[in-house]
Amino acid sequence: MSSPLDLADAHPGPAFTVTLDGREIEALPGQTVAAALWTAGVTSWRTTRGEGRPRGVFCGIGVCFDCLVTVNDRSGQRACLVPVTPGDVIRTQEGTGCDE
Amino acid sequence: MSERPRLAVIGAGPAGLAATLAAAGRGVPVTLVDSGTAAGGQFYRQPAAELRARRPQALHHQWRTWERLRDGLHDHVKAGAVRHLTDHHVWFVERLPDGFTVHALLGPEQEDPATVHADAVLLATGGYEHVLPFPGWTLPGVLTAGGAQAMLKGTLTVPGRTAVVAGTGPLLLPVATGLAAAGVELAALVESADPRAFVRQSRALVSQPGKLGEGAAYAGQLLRRRVRTLFRHTVVEAHGTDRVEAVTLAALDADGRVRPGTGRRIACDTLAVSHGMQPHTDLAESLGCRLDGPRVHVDDEQRTDVPGVWAAGEPTGIGGSALALAEGHIAGLSAAARLLGTEADPGEWATAAKSRTRQREFAAGLDRVYRPPAHWTEQVADDTVLCRCEEVTAGAVREAVDELGAGDLRTVKLLTRAGMGWCQGRMCGPAVAGLAGCRLTPSRRPFARPVPLGVLAQEPDRPTERGSS
Repeated sequence: MSSPLDLADAHPGPAFTVTLDGREIEALPGQTVAAALWTAGVTSWRTTRGEGRPRGVFCGIGVCFDCLVTVNDRSGQRACLVPVTPGDVIRTQEGTGCDE
Repeated sequence: MSERPRLAVIGAGPAGLAATLAAAGRGVPVTLVDSGTAAGGQFYRQPAAELRARRPQALHHQWRTWERLRDGLHDHVKAGAVRHLTDHHVWFVERLPDGFTVHALLGPEQEDPATVHADAVLLATGGYEHVLPFPGWTLPGVLTAGGAQAMLKGTLTVPGRTAVVAGTGPLLLPVATGLAAAGVELAALVESADPRAFVRQSRALVSQPGKLGEGAAYAGQLLRRRVRTLFRHTVVEAHGTDRVEAVTLAALDADGRVRPGTGRRIACDTLAVSHGMQPHTDLAESLGCRLDGPRVHVDDEQRTDVPGVWAAGEPTGIGGSALALAEGHIAGLSAAARLLGTEADPGEWATAAKSRTRQREFAAGLDRVYRPPAHWTEQVADDTVLCRCEEVTAGAVREAVDELGAGDLRTVKLLTRAGMGWCQGRMCGPAVAGLAGCRLTPSRRPFARPVPLGVLAQEPDRPTERGSS
């Protein structure tokens, strides 16, 4: 089974730990928050303001704002743009993320 | 001031890079302003440096062209002829008596401002995908085909294990082969276009045998991987509760209607979907540039109708990277000549102009082949969300159109909030236009992206620098 890292013959530095809603997950240097969450098998990290429906990556290039997430207490971050850094505290963003 | 006139190029994809190299090659100082962390744009998006990919070319084609652009940029930056500003998200270009001020937000957080002053501006802002709605399209695991490709190229990650790639357009093939090469099982490639349409457009399409060969190579790869490819089919629904678990496909008749009784369910955890591209025209709109439909109007030199503003690549009409390279080259040479106070000589870019003509014909041919199903709105249920940001349903939009008399995007927005959210209608615009039966008109937003109030508040005291970050 091939992987994208194998395909591009990538040799990133050692993985580090971040948390998603308190759960530890591993991330690689160079990944965005969205990439780290995808790698951990997570595809949604926001619930909508109206219906509370789950959302994750849609456009992948910062246009659609569907992948908003709370990182280190800052809500409304686009997971597809923000690089993941060691120790990041990532939280599912509920609604606007402002009334938590 | 004795400093030479400076050109600001916005966007470091194929068009912006070709323009930068052309202008810098003529001795015009260039500030290349780009939102990416590295040059390349979407087409030549590179894996993040820290991933240390030794074989990034495995994710790309036309790698030699990229090497030429990359090395050319590197040389000009080293020589001090080009300033390359990465992570600069431009939200507004301001016209001043003595030139232009490019306003940007810094970094992924996009909270702190930066400005660049220039004597001329070249817009190479690319495009973005549009996806037409269907029941289930807001489920996690459903994403744009280009988004799947951007995540793969930039972060070397994939969205799931089993994917369906669907919609219409020349992007579907490379996305499907890219995902397959990266280890994703492809359950199906679903294209709504009719293969007979390719035959009808054969004159326009054979003008670019190289491109046809590229398509054939992708198709061959899919064949070798035994990927089920279905033409004249469409996704009618994505199923799942908290993420996509399956999709239902159906055949289309000659009129572009779903043929009853042809639905079949395919299990997957990923649906990568695309119905075409839209030009990014926000900056041109707020500068007051004339638009022809969705695209920026340019003359033979790639000049917009606003003096000092050029445009190249997708903003002037979706046409792909080869067209973007030709247009960028011409725009860069034209801008350089004007800034140096000389008359531009079209003889200098005769080869690029020929390529531009051929590529535009090819793009027009593709545009006639790749079409979403003509009657796609019939598949959109009333409870399907159209506006993903504001969660406005198709039923609400239909009510605004049928009962309240809304006949354009703006009126639908005022009545329903569709298009009023974070993405500023970029995602739902084509869908709302389809349901309202009106044209997709430029929205003429004042700013190209959300801007923190604090940035607007501190604007009057901004330091105006000549090209520095």
